[in-house]
Amino acid sequence: MTEQTPEEHEQKQPRDAAYWAEWVERLEVSEVPEGAANVNVKGRRAVGALQGFGKLWQKTYRVRLEGANVTPAEVVQAWKEHFPELQPPNSRFYPPLTDVAPGEVLFISATMGGMPVYTGVRVIYADDESFTVMTPEGHPESGWNTFSAYEDEDGTTVAQIQSLARANDPIYEIGFRIVGSTTQERIWTHVLKSLAAHFGVNEPVTLEKVCVDPKLQWSYVRNVWQNAGARSMLYTMAAPIRWVRGLRSRRTSR
Amino acid sequence: MDVRKVNEKVSVIDVKGELTAFAEGVLMDAYNQASDGRVWAIVLNFEGLEYMNSSGIGLLVTLLIRINSEKQRLLTYGLSEHYRNILQITRLDDAISIFDSEVEAIRAADAM
Repeated sequence: MTEQTPEEHEQKQPRDAAYWAEWVERLEVSEVPEGAANVNVKGRRAVGALQGFGKLWQKTYRVRLEGANVTPAEVVQAWKEHFPELQPPNSRFYPPLTDVAPGEVLFISATMGGMPVYTGVRVIYADDESFTVMTPEGHPESGWNTFSAYEDEDGTTVAQIQSLARANDPIYEIGFRIVGSTTQERIWTHVLKSLAAHFGVNEPVTLEKVCVDPKLQWSYVRNVWQNAGARSMLYTMAAPIRWVRGLRSRRTSR
Repeated sequence: MDVRKVNEKVSVIDVKGELTAFAEGVLMDAYNQASDGRVWAIVLNFEGLEYMNSSGIGLLVTLLIRINSEKQRLLTYGLSEHYRNILQITRLDDAISIFDSEVEAIRAADAM
């Protein structure tokens, strides 16, 4: 039996082969960026649009980069390079130390309703004109966000964020219904406005919302045990204890 | 995409080419055609799939939700190792049955 040469194997790979992350059972973290909290990230499983509790929403945010002579690839390149800076103050992203590339993990420090939420997302897909992140257990959402750019019929480049996600557990679902959904929409609107401003454009951001599945998935009610908001609050409250332990450890090592 | 009615209960959709956001209309039309009558299982044949991005995965989720709302089942076959990996990464394999051949998929659909 003739074995494939490396060249033959490469030719048989689909065109998108290099753009997808490898499967991992649980998120792995090699290095944590300074300032980020590795809480609710390492060891968590990624969760998609089928694994959460709440209603499934598809939200599409768009901004037309009118007057900007920029290609979709250039937009996405800038987006990857400046991802943390484009976020509002209440949603801080820590980029991977390498690149926004398939398999990398981005840490998040956010506030929801005044509560800290330390979590992250994993890049599952990245090509020249888009990248997609998927959420881990405990994240407010279960699903993925795709950041992309494309050319409209009239040749104008459009930047887009499309979210396909559910609230991960009942606490988040209640939070989203009361205030969280609006907060989240403000975050992504801010990101697109910031991205547009990066290219010297000041255009409105449009939002289309579709409830893809109105049913609550009660089989995932136990996701609440992984709630990153609750665990982040405990982590924050335990900060003095960690400080004392660190002090003792430093004294012992002298 | 071609649609084949295997029997009263099972239809097969042959997915060909690229599965991206642009395929939404074609896929949903194929589903409407496949779902006509008393069909309770939709089988997606991925042997002809050449390219899929994350928007394509989103389409599969939307299709799955629609199929479930009609009390139908979604089965697949013809996935290469690469695309099985993608269904695993996105955890769609929790809800979509994957088989090695059309015969196996249809046998499983008939048994439902």
